[in-house]
Amino acid sequence: MVRLVYLARLRDVFGTGTENVDLPRDVSNVTALLDWLSKRGDAWKKELASGRAIRVAVNHDIAGPETPIRSGDEVALFPPVTGG
Amino acid sequence: MITVAVRVQHEDFDVGRELAELRASNPRVGAVASFVGIVRDLNDATEIRTLTLEHYPGMTEKALNGIVDEAMKRWDLYDVLVIHRVGELKPTDQIVLVAVTSAHRGEAFSACEFIMDYLKTKAPFWKKEMTPDGERWVEGRSSDDEAAARW
Repeated sequence: MVRLVYLARLRDVFGTGTENVDLPRDVSNVTALLDWLSKRGDAWKKELASGRAIRVAVNHDIAGPETPIRSGDEVALFPPVTGG
Repeated sequence: MITVAVRVQHEDFDVGRELAELRASNPRVGAVASFVGIVRDLNDATEIRTLTLEHYPGMTEKALNGIVDEAMKRWDLYDVLVIHRVGELKPTDQIVLVAVTSAHRGEAFSACEFIMDYLKTKAPFWKKEMTPDGERWVEGRSSDDEAAARW
């Protein structure tokens, strides 16, 4: 099981802040996760389409497209940050 | 005593007191550089009534500490303090304080600007503005990415 966290605009658009999911075996990195989530519907597809500026953190560290995702990980999806 | 601290808090902060405490009892400090970010009442030609700061607890502190560690590797610093507020703020409120101490001004100025540029692009904070037309999330700026890329 993987814990997904949606922050800022993504939480508003997806209507949820966190969820626990069992990923299919072939969904084992960040790119595969975004592809898998984008099949959930129009809002997901629009936000997660390749080319959109989405940041991903795995276990609180910024991740890249190839970063592996394993059971027990916390994976956060968010827009580019705007603090300061 | 050397202070290296990162604080994420709802409460306001007193810049004068924080700077005085940061350099207290270290006679080797010859320079204190600081930056204070403030909520403006206008953004993209729209009136801002409130600004709500959201963050990602757990990652925020880790990201800020990573930025501070990097600054301490690159420059010869004594103390570093980062305070970032979260929650609902209004125009004229303080948002963020970055303060560094060093023996000389050059190191202090550079490190302070570096920390702020990295914070703007790497620390997980997001701003939501309340305007007369409703709420809107602030979009990331490419000029911030360019500022961080200089270092």
